[in-house]
Amino acid sequence: MSEKIKEWPGVALKDADIKEKKVLFTEWRPNLKYAWDTGVGYGRYFEGLRNGRIVGTRCNKCHRVLLPARAFCEWCFRTVDEWVYLKDTGTVNTFSIAYTGTQAERLKEPRIPALIEIDGSNGVGIMHLLGEVDPKNVKNGMRVKAVWKPKEQRQGAITDIKYWKPFEEGTR
Amino acid sequence: MSMRKVAVVGAGMTKFMRRALETGKELAWEAGKMALDSCNLTVNDIDSVVIGTAPDAFDMVHMKSEYLTDGCGAWRKPAMRGFVGGGTGVFSVCQGWYHIASGLFDTCLIIGEEKMSSCVPHPQGAFVTCWDQFTESPLGASLLWFFAWEMNRYMTVHGITEREIALVSVKNKRNALDHPCAQLASEITVDDVLNSEVMAWPVKRLDVSPTSDGAAALVLASENVARRITDKPVWIEGVGWCLDTMYVGQRDLYYPKYVEVAARMAYDMAGITEPSKEIHIAEPYDPFDYKELHHIEGLLLCDKGEAPKLLADGYFNRDGNLPASPSGGLLGVGNAIAASGVMKAAELFWQLRGEAGKRQVPGKPKKGVAQAWGDEMQVGTVVVLGI
Repeated sequence: MSEKIKEWPGVALKDADIKEKKVLFTEWRPNLKYAWDTGVGYGRYFEGLRNGRIVGTRCNKCHRVLLPARAFCEWCFRTVDEWVYLKDTGTVNTFSIAYTGTQAERLKEPRIPALIEIDGSNGVGIMHLLGEVDPKNVKNGMRVKAVWKPKEQRQGAITDIKYWKPFEEGTR
Repeated sequence: MSMRKVAVVGAGMTKFMRRALETGKELAWEAGKMALDSCNLTVNDIDSVVIGTAPDAFDMVHMKSEYLTDGCGAWRKPAMRGFVGGGTGVFSVCQGWYHIASGLFDTCLIIGEEKMSSCVPHPQGAFVTCWDQFTESPLGASLLWFFAWEMNRYMTVHGITEREIALVSVKNKRNALDHPCAQLASEITVDDVLNSEVMAWPVKRLDVSPTSDGAAALVLASENVARRITDKPVWIEGVGWCLDTMYVGQRDLYYPKYVEVAARMAYDMAGITEPSKEIHIAEPYDPFDYKELHHIEGLLLCDKGEAPKLLADGYFNRDGNLPASPSGGLLGVGNAIAASGVMKAAELFWQLRGEAGKRQVPGKPKKGVAQAWGDEMQVGTVVVLGI
């Protein structure tokens, strides 16, 4: 019982205990590599990206656009009805200005990951990065357009879009 | 429903630490032994075991829960692992509940364990596999991105400021000063939070809970057995859990709908119709300060967007109308993922029995709710405890 216990178990190590090897540990660095098949839905989505297009699917039962493209509608639990081709423009739903990387390392130049609602999808967002914009000027609701890699460099991957940049309606 | 009543009869935990000398098995054993000792049972009295532990990638041990089984007293017993990421700790309590409610077992030992420090240089690296391997990870995604988006969206929809949110961190780290197992208890100010290093705006260093090693355990028993063990059983009156869509762009991040669905399941079972009036004490999951507010709203303890205002009024303080995270939460005690969810349920157990010592909330609380969250940030797990 909480108040009756005087000594709680657990010995906290300090950085010095590790550096000075006061405690023993065994290290291992796995050497693993994976190749994930993109499958039916995502396969077509990435094929679309390689061709400079954003591909979704439509379910005619719930009248929803599924993005990224998928083989089945998870709500209706049925096959999707058609492929849909969306514009490469959208609206920032929310964003971050990230100064930490995947290993919690610190970044000198921040990255700007955002959820972008793709035009024509009824508000479905994808996650990607913003670019060609000062972090101070990023706003929710900002209109953005995809900046694609040159065609010969595209590999059928999410990174075929380099980032999204702000744009004014009626311009390219 | 023809379910049997289930009580919590014992609890235990280790200190939460950035890096523990003990192995995961040893931590699990320490917490489990303390829980059994607290109700004068031995491992031979235990009919079933539930092991809660989060991603294998932290330890890179194959079938991590099986690795932990000796420390959980699980050999030659029906044992299982439930796993819903950060929601695992409270989910384990739900599982222990149905082990006994179903009539299959009379006792169950629940152990939540986490040893995050094995993953170097930082366990954040192990979180990379949380993202979709096709559409998300290749962007160099850090899990912090998600929390930043959610905090940003929550602030934007309701017009909430970073300053209002920072007060959660101040409250919880202060509450933790009274917790003997706390890793990051401290007296800080709102300005300390606002001036701390920006990790992924709007998330700053002091908005975030630490990574931790630790374990926590509960002993559950059926009604007849519980009444033989203790005069003060704490009943599990409701359980609920819910998983929402994994496509992050397909849900609106301003509100945790999945927590609401899980909470409604638990409240219905507990016969609670007005949670904001009937719940006396809450342990919402608080790995980030904004998450406590987000979850309080999802738990239907106040209206959407109202939590910051109530917080500022002292409503969620330990002596407020509805104490939230009186333990000190993940922000103060630490975030040993699965262990933290079990710790939250253990805190309700101690509080409802009036045994929380310096942390005891006044007014003899009779009903509490504990909740956890995680997975791909779309799972809510909830338990309602009462006396």
